[in-house]
Amino acid sequence: MAPRYARDPARVRRAEERARELLRSTAGDEALQMYERLGFLSIEHEGGEYGYLIYPQRPIVGYDARSGELLSEYCVRFRDGSDPEAGERLPDADDVLAKWLALRMDEDRTLRTANVHPLGRQLDPAMVRRDLSTLRQWQT
Amino acid sequence: MKLLRMTPGRGDVLLAEGDPDVAEEEERLVEEFRRQLDLGMWAAVPPEGAGGQREATMVRDFSEIPEGAERVIFFPQAAGG
Repeated sequence: MAPRYARDPARVRRAEERARELLRSTAGDEALQMYERLGFLSIEHEGGEYGYLIYPQRPIVGYDARSGELLSEYCVRFRDGSDPEAGERLPDADDVLAKWLALRMDEDRTLRTANVHPLGRQLDPAMVRRDLSTLRQWQT
Repeated sequence: MKLLRMTPGRGDVLLAEGDPDVAEEEERLVEEFRRQLDLGMWAAVPPEGAGGQREATMVRDFSEIPEGAERVIFFPQAAGG
């Protein structure tokens, strides 16, 4: 019988700890602080026209950085089936780092790959608005 | 240079490590780099250190890795969710 995924909380915790260190060493101390305090990352373009909220294991949300209007959900996954016993999902911190890297390396390709939906398909718009407001407060 | 890969259940794992200026070690790094791309991974080179600017570069060939890069991070290609 083929090995199957069985969730092991201790293993999940150890993997998440490693993933957070990779996030810190790659995206920086502030990115790790944001992830640990707010539960997501954000990217805003230098021109300040739009940005993204990057949630672990959930869609990326695009928003208008000037008005705060929420735009779309971009559903994108980074699944790895190489070890059936470990499941297919990257640790949460690796998942947000993969999205962060993908958007920074090739934003157009990443968005073309994603399934795009109006906000509300997977994420509660009220929650996302609160998250954006919390981000603004955290940044000041 | 270290080649790292994000993995489910473990976080990042070290795939290979070596000095690209040493022929034998470079050969091992190139072989592992190609193997990961053949497995469908994306390869990212994060810049190290200075300036506070944290940009990343996607590389599709070992020769594209910027000189002095200390790490290449592999992770699965994006797919629609």
